[in-house]
Amino acid sequence: MTLNRSPELATRPGAPRLIYRKPDVLADRSTHYCPGCGHGIVHRLLAEVMTELDLPAHTIAVAPVGCAVFAYDYLNVDFVEAPHGRAPAVATGIRRVRPEAFVLTYQGDGDLAAIGTAEIVHAAARGERITAIFVNNGIYGMTGGQMAPTTLLGQKTTSSPSGRDAALMGYPIRITEMLAQLPGVTYAARGSIADAPLIGKLKAMIKRACLVQIEGGGFALVEALSNCPVGWGMTPQESLEHLKGPVVEAYPLGVIVDRGVAVAASGAGTAAGGPSAAVPVVAAEPEA
Amino acid sequence: MTEPLEIGISPRSAEADAGRRSRVLMKGNEAIAEAAIQAGCDAYFGYPITPQAELLEWMARRMPELGRVFVQAESELGAINMALGAAATGARVMVSSSSPGISLMAEAMSYMAGSGTPMVLVNVMRAGPGLGGIGPSQSDYFQATKGHGHGDYRVPVLAPASIGEAMDLMATAFELAERYRTPVMVVLDGILGQAMEPVELRFRNPERHAFDWALTGAAGRPARIIKSIDLVPEVLEKRNLNLQRKYAEISRQEVLWATESMEDADYVLVAYGTAARVARSAIEKARARGIKAGLFRPITLWPFPSRELARISRHAHAILTVELSSGQMVEDVRLAVEGRCPVGFHGRMGGLVPTPDEVVGALKALHGKVERTRERDREQQQKRHDGRSEAQSGLHRAVVDGPPERTHRTEAGVNASGRDGGER
Repeated sequence: MTLNRSPELATRPGAPRLIYRKPDVLADRSTHYCPGCGHGIVHRLLAEVMTELDLPAHTIAVAPVGCAVFAYDYLNVDFVEAPHGRAPAVATGIRRVRPEAFVLTYQGDGDLAAIGTAEIVHAAARGERITAIFVNNGIYGMTGGQMAPTTLLGQKTTSSPSGRDAALMGYPIRITEMLAQLPGVTYAARGSIADAPLIGKLKAMIKRACLVQIEGGGFALVEALSNCPVGWGMTPQESLEHLKGPVVEAYPLGVIVDRGVAVAASGAGTAAGGPSAAVPVVAAEPEA
Repeated sequence: MTEPLEIGISPRSAEADAGRRSRVLMKGNEAIAEAAIQAGCDAYFGYPITPQAELLEWMARRMPELGRVFVQAESELGAINMALGAAATGARVMVSSSSPGISLMAEAMSYMAGSGTPMVLVNVMRAGPGLGGIGPSQSDYFQATKGHGHGDYRVPVLAPASIGEAMDLMATAFELAERYRTPVMVVLDGILGQAMEPVELRFRNPERHAFDWALTGAAGRPARIIKSIDLVPEVLEKRNLNLQRKYAEISRQEVLWATESMEDADYVLVAYGTAARVARSAIEKARARGIKAGLFRPITLWPFPSRELARISRHAHAILTVELSSGQMVEDVRLAVEGRCPVGFHGRMGGLVPTPDEVVGALKALHGKVERTRERDREQQQKRHDGRSEAQSGLHRAVVDGPPERTHRTEAGVNASGRDGGER
């Protein structure tokens, strides 16, 4: 990111330098998210990337149902609310009638990986030119911490009070890997908000997912592993440690597929395919 | 049909005969699709289901030819949510389906009504409940006029009785959707979707307006949000009151209905869609047998032409509602009539259509009951006149009218207005 350095300040020796500034597209207000929640970090990264790529003025975004239902209160771009799980279908409609728009969806794991599985799979299968941000915190936060499709085995939630039992409740879904199998998916990656270096990598993934759309690629998805201190029954610090431990073991980090033709210098890993790659390559290698 | 259609508020143009030469034979589903295209439909999203599949197929061929959007979605949920997204940008958007598919679309209908997103939805109704059958039906009347999604909302519902009228109403549907920022339903039964009729290739493309709400990217203006959520009860109530004001306006301005053979009619058949076509034949047969019957045909099912029907019920001996259902619209008929005259019902279900002879039979039965009641009322009056009044007439009316509470309303109404039901 370009540093917003004020020229006159920079000339004076010892003067304070502005190295960090709120992007204009991020609304000037506090969020409704719980203390320690990762949604704010993902919003911030999106705002930075959109600003760097000059996207806000022609963005049409789709808000989900769940904790991020009020995403439009924090990102100053045109927004439409989707019914629970339907954001990829709503985005498809926008994309088809507005070829010039930058189309963005933002969904949680209950929204994308449970009630909205049909919509996300088929938007990906059609190779819709949209950028999907998927925040996975392994729980239904908004409704009080119930089990999600992504909840870890053994994890206690308000609807799995004895812990998630695979025999009764099935296994966590790695939906990003599932989607990466589809030829319509140009880019699929999983990052994390657990610490500053990981946040930097996550930002690069988000940027790459936006560039794929700008460059005319197909469906691009970034899964952001996030925390839910309240739903998990942990302090924010404990939740971040948990995120770096059991969560990342279940959900390995890295670029899962990149079938992009023109790979921008986004720093989000190299293209697994490349210009002549007729056969999609899936490289799910953990970074951590 | 012996006399020309008389339409309350005409969605048709005046020169009905001028286009006779340009008539072509078209299948209902295809004619509707083409009418939507000619009305400027920018994008169509659908999913195959009988008996509306030809509509989707027509769109699949024609829309890409014209450089417009066609997407076959993964489900009816997918289709209508694509429509929601496209419509949010100000595009002229349409979806179509048949009954079970409309149930799936109900969720997004509620969101679109709540957020003020215009769209046209065609339901080529088949028999239910559940998977039911693929035969024609009107058993989604409740769903269309009072149901689909959750929450306090309504959508205008247009019900054509011919393929030509359906073509006219497609343009009307887009106009209403954009004028009032609402989803609009066009309901047909499977016969109107599947049948072929000669139609005039006369189309209407409603004028386009710039929308100050459409999502186009927030360049040089504040960002726009299209949503239905409001967690502050007072704010949400205000949003709802605005919706209700809109519905009141639609109820005042947009009621459509048609009448036939009503000038001297003692008996009124109330029917829409294919049932109205059957009723039309039944009226001719009934008149040949000395029963003067006429047709009242709602074209908007919501807003229902209640005032107009109420007016007619003041002079009618009785009303017979004919539907391809167990009796759904008849509830609205009774609400409009408020017991001023007896209301009977005849319907078939399961994909069957009442025959004109069946309807004439039902009409004769109703006629007989009315005559017997009138006779009893006359006797009663004579008795009262003779000073032996025992006020039993309420029971007699109950025989014709059905549930006693409606009877009471009838009696109260008759007494309050000082009229004597026995004289009619």
